[in-house]
Amino acid sequence: MKLTLHIWRQTGNKDKGTFETHHLDDLSPDMSVPEMLDHLNIQIIKSGGDPVAFESDCREGICGQCGFVINGHIHSPESHTTTCQTHLRSFKDGETLHIEPFRAKAFPIKKDLMIDRSALDRIIESGGYIGVNTGQANEANSTLINHDLAEKAFDAAACIGCGACVATCKNASAMLFTSAKMNHLSMLPQGAPEAAQRVKNMIVQMDAEGFGSCTFTGACEVVCPQSISVFNITEMNGRWLWSSK
Amino acid sequence: MLNSRIPAGALEEKWTNYKNRAKLINPANRRRYKIIVVGTGLAGASSAASFAELGFNVEVFTFHDSARRAHSVAAQGGVNAAKDYQNDGDSVWRMFYDTLKGGDFRAREANVYRLAECSMELIDQAVAQGVPFAREYSGYLSNRSFGGVQVSRTFYARGQTGQQLLLGAYQALMRQNAQDNLTLHTRHEMLDVITIGGKAKGITVRNLDTGDITSHACDALVIASGGYGKIYYLSTLAMNCNATAIWRAHTKGALMAAPSWTQFHPTSLPQLGDHQSKLTLMSESLRNDGRIWVPKKPNDTRNPNEIPENERDYYLERRYPAFGNLAPRDISSRAAKERIDAGCGVGPMKNAVYLDFKHAIGRLGKEVIAQRYGNLFTMYQKITGMDAYQEPMMIAPAAHFSMGGLWVDYRLMSNLHGLFVLGEANFSDHGANRLGANSLLQACVDGYFIAPRTVMDFLAEETPEALNASDSFEQAAKASKDEVEKKLNALLNIKGTTTAEEFHKQLGRILYTKCGLSRNGKDMAAAKSELLELQQTFYKDLLVPGTEKDINFELEKAFRVADYLEMALLIVEDALQREESCGAHFREEYQTPDGEALRNDNDFCFVSAWKYLGDNKYQLHKEHLNFEFVELQTRSYK
Repeated sequence: MKLTLHIWRQTGNKDKGTFETHHLDDLSPDMSVPEMLDHLNIQIIKSGGDPVAFESDCREGICGQCGFVINGHIHSPESHTTTCQTHLRSFKDGETLHIEPFRAKAFPIKKDLMIDRSALDRIIESGGYIGVNTGQANEANSTLINHDLAEKAFDAAACIGCGACVATCKNASAMLFTSAKMNHLSMLPQGAPEAAQRVKNMIVQMDAEGFGSCTFTGACEVVCPQSISVFNITEMNGRWLWSSK
Repeated sequence: MLNSRIPAGALEEKWTNYKNRAKLINPANRRRYKIIVVGTGLAGASSAASFAELGFNVEVFTFHDSARRAHSVAAQGGVNAAKDYQNDGDSVWRMFYDTLKGGDFRAREANVYRLAECSMELIDQAVAQGVPFAREYSGYLSNRSFGGVQVSRTFYARGQTGQQLLLGAYQALMRQNAQDNLTLHTRHEMLDVITIGGKAKGITVRNLDTGDITSHACDALVIASGGYGKIYYLSTLAMNCNATAIWRAHTKGALMAAPSWTQFHPTSLPQLGDHQSKLTLMSESLRNDGRIWVPKKPNDTRNPNEIPENERDYYLERRYPAFGNLAPRDISSRAAKERIDAGCGVGPMKNAVYLDFKHAIGRLGKEVIAQRYGNLFTMYQKITGMDAYQEPMMIAPAAHFSMGGLWVDYRLMSNLHGLFVLGEANFSDHGANRLGANSLLQACVDGYFIAPRTVMDFLAEETPEALNASDSFEQAAKASKDEVEKKLNALLNIKGTTTAEEFHKQLGRILYTKCGLSRNGKDMAAAKSELLELQQTFYKDLLVPGTEKDINFELEKAFRVADYLEMALLIVEDALQREESCGAHFREEYQTPDGEALRNDNDFCFVSAWKYLGDNKYQLHKEHLNFEFVELQTRSYK
């Protein structure tokens, strides 16, 4: 199949950036989007050009490293799917694609489609953990956790840290990311003792990183590869209110 | 003669004896010792966090943009522990025996026993970190049976156990990163080990964003850089998995053990075409309910649903009635290859077998199957566009896990003084074949429970010097940096016509066909000359664009492929030397009349550990495996 690609090229964070056009005509519908870029890059390299810089590691939709904006869709035109799990059969033969990096103030562009998402790591560092040292744990079955609660914690814990929620939000808010981790930990009995501190620290860090506020449009849940629910944000707001009393 | 330093005493007392006698360092003095950890997967992150909790000075390096991305994240099925929560007869001894037997008696008894012994503590630790393992309605932890054993000892978090365990370790690491005594460097790749007087004293890294080359001193070096199955190009591994860290250590004197022992996972998705960059794994748990078959007739192109029962060959059930579809990975993969080679493979490239849920759906209903495997069925549909509720899945064996790796003793220290190797990067616990759900376990146990004890024991005998770098370190560091720069520039300056990726594909093809699921002397001799030729062409015709002082993925790949090309030759050498079949290593010349592996305990009951001599030359060292507590048996799953 054939595709026309307009790919975002930018040499660094200070560069303005622009779209570069490529025509590809020997593609297979079974290719994933990163595989299409691999294919394109070999052509660029052989013609003496600079290949498109993009990140992609597991190619199974779980590591959270890939993620582009394709024709305005975060990650993919398919719902709840990462870029690496998007195959060319999702597009029409002859279609034109605009491929851009995730854009947010807190995610500076490093080069082409590569962005710096270390702000998310710093949010985790500020309180996205349970403060247990190796060796301190008690017997696993001595803390009973109901099946439904364990499943609910899992739903929140499933976040892959790709940043799609931020990229799609008109405010570039990281509320879905932050609230998912916070709720995962704070709803479990093991994580409850630190819940009040956790909510303060993580929200302060989130704001310091330059992420926007949440106006509850729900756009984040729509693009999340793990379908993480916006109710996590409601719950986080509740925790914030209680902790500030 | 290699000394594995196994502590004295009865099997169940060895680890306790070791811990009781291990030397300690006063809490106030620990910050004077610097430990470098390379890799932030399960083994790297868990050890780094644990070292920092103890008060050591820790510096951590990963080539990823975040410590949460390592490929531990992709392990789906679960993690084993001998808790015996299911009252089904499990015990540390049974888990030890299953693992040892699963590895075809090519692992150390003491190491394997310790793995089983520490397994229970790991579940406690992970639960305390908030890992959301599956639970019963009563609130108790749930288990399932996994990977060719008769008990239910596997703990799991849906199909994302690896991700959840890694997040636990990553969060513990990030918690320490906020403290003064741990520094995390993302986007830094280790390209050399600095040795002084035969001791590992530091590393040289490249900042992948700026291209800067820097050296870092340490009192103990921990490499936890994962497996190298990606050497086969098409594998279940992530795109960036590589052997460079362990290969660089190897060239500086660390022995490489059993490099040819790579596990081929039986339930990967088959290759669909030439464009493909990797193979996606479907969890082995699918084999609990799916039945594996191929058409009896070769080249049968009918739709699978139109093939009547009596024209299907459920070959695993036929050949291994006791274990059936749950036969261990090496056996299942080989049986699939046997049928595919016989012309009975299915799919457009005739390279797959069917995994059929029709009977399970009939027995349990679609809802139960969806509850158990829903995410995997969705994933299958996303990748292949096919609905596995309506027709059988197509699966095929794919390069997966490296049982081989840097040789380590009982303390997980390599023969290179001061270098510790954890997780998949080492050779130690899995013998010639790894059992399902033991990989997450080994990475975690190495990192959380073993390395903190053994590295402290080691450091207690060392004078801390890394924090005040000496002249001799500065000299060695400069030489190391120069060497790395020289290598990078050499790769950039070839300016040929073929990309690193294309070389990697050719390398993978040679290894898959001539030193893959099964091997023979004739093919491997041919592979050797093909590999040598490919290596020569690489240094004449490689094309790397760009410069060293910039983000340059092609340069990163080229460096890794250069190491893979060397390692491939050692893999073939290792497989050639081992004239027996054991576990994942199947030499066609050594099989029973009915096609099963023929082990040779008289001549090959040892670990092959190779010393690097340069110029594709190696010297073999042997570590004899003494079985004091179990009797060697023929591994049968019939």
